[in-house]
Amino acid sequence: MSDLDTFRQETRAWLEDNCPQAMRKPMKGDTDFCWGGRNYVFQSDDQKVWLDRMAARGWTVPSWPKEYGGGGLSKEEAKILAAEMRRIGARPPLLSFGIWMLGPALLEFGTHEQKLHYLPPIARGEIRWCQGYSEPNAGSDLASLATKGEDKGDHFLVNGQKVWTSYADQADWIFCLVRTEPEASKHEGISFLLFDMETEGVSTKPIKLISGNSPFCETFFDNVKVPKENIVGERGKGWTIAKYLLTHERAMIGDQGVPTPLNVIAKEKLGLADGQMEDKALRTDVARHEIDAAAFMFTMERATDEAKAGASLGAFSSMLKYAGTEINKDRHEMILKVMGSDALEWEGQFSNNGEVARHWLRTKANSIEGGTSEVMLNIISKRILNLPS
Amino acid sequence: MALVLNEEQQLLKESADGFFAEKAPVSQLRKLRDDRDETGYSKELWSEMAEMGFAGLLMSEDEGGVDFGAIGAGIVAESMGKNLSASPFFASAIVGASLIKHAGSTAQKEAILPAIASGEVIVTLAVDETGHHGPASTTLKAVKSSDSYVLNGMKTFVPDAHVADKIIVVARTAGEKGDAEGLSLFIIDKGQSGLIIDQTVMADSRNWGKVTLEDVIVSEDAVLGTVGEAFPVLDKALDVGRCVLSAELLGISQEVLDRTVQYLQERKQFGTLIGTFQGLQHRAAHLYSEVEILRSAVLKALQAVDAGTNPAWFASLAKAKACKVAELATNEAIQMHGGIGMTDEFEIGFFIKRARAVQNLYGGYNYHTDRFASLSGY
Repeated sequence: MSDLDTFRQETRAWLEDNCPQAMRKPMKGDTDFCWGGRNYVFQSDDQKVWLDRMAARGWTVPSWPKEYGGGGLSKEEAKILAAEMRRIGARPPLLSFGIWMLGPALLEFGTHEQKLHYLPPIARGEIRWCQGYSEPNAGSDLASLATKGEDKGDHFLVNGQKVWTSYADQADWIFCLVRTEPEASKHEGISFLLFDMETEGVSTKPIKLISGNSPFCETFFDNVKVPKENIVGERGKGWTIAKYLLTHERAMIGDQGVPTPLNVIAKEKLGLADGQMEDKALRTDVARHEIDAAAFMFTMERATDEAKAGASLGAFSSMLKYAGTEINKDRHEMILKVMGSDALEWEGQFSNNGEVARHWLRTKANSIEGGTSEVMLNIISKRILNLPS
Repeated sequence: MALVLNEEQQLLKESADGFFAEKAPVSQLRKLRDDRDETGYSKELWSEMAEMGFAGLLMSEDEGGVDFGAIGAGIVAESMGKNLSASPFFASAIVGASLIKHAGSTAQKEAILPAIASGEVIVTLAVDETGHHGPASTTLKAVKSSDSYVLNGMKTFVPDAHVADKIIVVARTAGEKGDAEGLSLFIIDKGQSGLIIDQTVMADSRNWGKVTLEDVIVSEDAVLGTVGEAFPVLDKALDVGRCVLSAELLGISQEVLDRTVQYLQERKQFGTLIGTFQGLQHRAAHLYSEVEILRSAVLKALQAVDAGTNPAWFASLAKAKACKVAELATNEAIQMHGGIGMTDEFEIGFFIKRARAVQNLYGGYNYHTDRFASLSGY
């Protein structure tokens, strides 16, 4: 038996013994996600047990190095772990911007000390991070951001405002783009700073969205003192890290996982007559969407396989972000068509307080956040097609 | 299986791209058209293709081929799509060969497969009877009389009909129009009494023909596969064909995208390169995304064929997507080229005409979207 086969067997047995039954049921919505952090209230004992057991093995971040709280797994092993978790329907033990975004940035640009200091608490779900990028006047044109960090000797004095900060009101720390070199050009003057959201001068205000939910905040900095050692990478080189993370984020937003196939929802809602959906126009539209969605999934698969074979994704991730988010928006419009007016119930038990409608509205932001579809098309035009500017 | 070409396939791609760009570019098709060439393809090219192994991609070495599978066939078809290279490759080496391989007796395989692979014998399939694909709609009749069959009826849009040495005819031996049961395959040789072939000149300047059978009498040896049970094996061979046609559409789409992008980089209006206009950039970038997504769907479908599982779902997915993307790509190419795209002197027009013919062959967007839904259980 190969080493990987042994690993698969051992992993399967361990998951079987250690994943609580309640953690093998699909997550219904935001309330079932485990975000961790200082103020996080576990929804159940099982949720905490599952996190602790996985964190103890480093499996909340399976491919991070062991010394930083990870599992030290190879790509193949990580793939097996993911497959074995899928097999029993195990929930991810922990979701966080620390895992998805800050972690990869620190692993690439952080010092050994920073990695030792910041990564293990992320892996254990002890510190929850948020991302301070967009500002009221720096959205698609992110590099024109104006939040400033003045050099005060041993610290930067940060003043300004961020917006669309995901879950800032619940986060413990923020990774933040701050202009520290006012004389430099717009891309050269930005630094990547880390600081505690409890620092004096930091305040947040949730933004109510069209979905009625408030996953984003406005975040204000009023004379916030950030120690100089809290900078990642060099002064003025924060844009490089931001770009790296945006590429990461784009690949993530494009990859929405494998949701319930649209046709399954349609069959459940509308039934079949003689093996076919009765509404032929809708049937064709469902098939159109599913063909697009499947072809896109194959493209994600191809991108992964090409990356494994040594190709660099580069601007291709912009294409994945563009196509993936547009298809996801289309999927939710299709769900509305399949469900009819039932999809629009806003309150009440039948709809679980408007879950479908609120989720549909949430997807409208997919093609705005992390770079709009139009910005992605600009990047494809310039970096892939080499069109002149 | 990783969704990438392996080293051997990558080499095939490079050699096919080089070969067709040099030996059979669009100018060759233009010449065949302008000369009203009787054969409709270059025999010299076809024999060189056979020497390269391109006519035997689906055959094993024992069968006289090079055993590159459907992926190899797709790679070559994509190159031919980029260059609009005319040859009996699709009719004979893909569909003809697949039918003989899957339905043929040992004797039929031994007699025909090596001859297809060497390019000596051209085989084509005659299935459709109207402008809309529908194997089950077959009405051409084959009636048994003692130890022979008598065939009567008409087939249309048969690729390379007038240059084929053997035509595999789908005939109804039982049941009614619309039934998948009751279909049979017959191999009819060129020159057979009662076999009438009329060339159809189509927009794409390639070889198409109408095949009429008037009391064509063949022996039982002419039967390919099992009488009355041809549909599954026919559909399987058609699926191989559909995947390869999708690859040709991918080649066409990629080529017109590349040519359009190049034009945007060179053409000046309003004192500047038109490629600086965001209105055009975004259209080109969207098209690029669609072509990349099609590339994945095509490769996945070709892999499904080679994996030996039923590729029907993947084939319909790929062909439906290919039809959509090729339609978009060729329309956008003409629009973004402006007036010059409308001229016969410019080559873009050849691509749009070929694209539509390939889109329709063996089922267009609607046919495959419907089939995809049925195969998905709704």
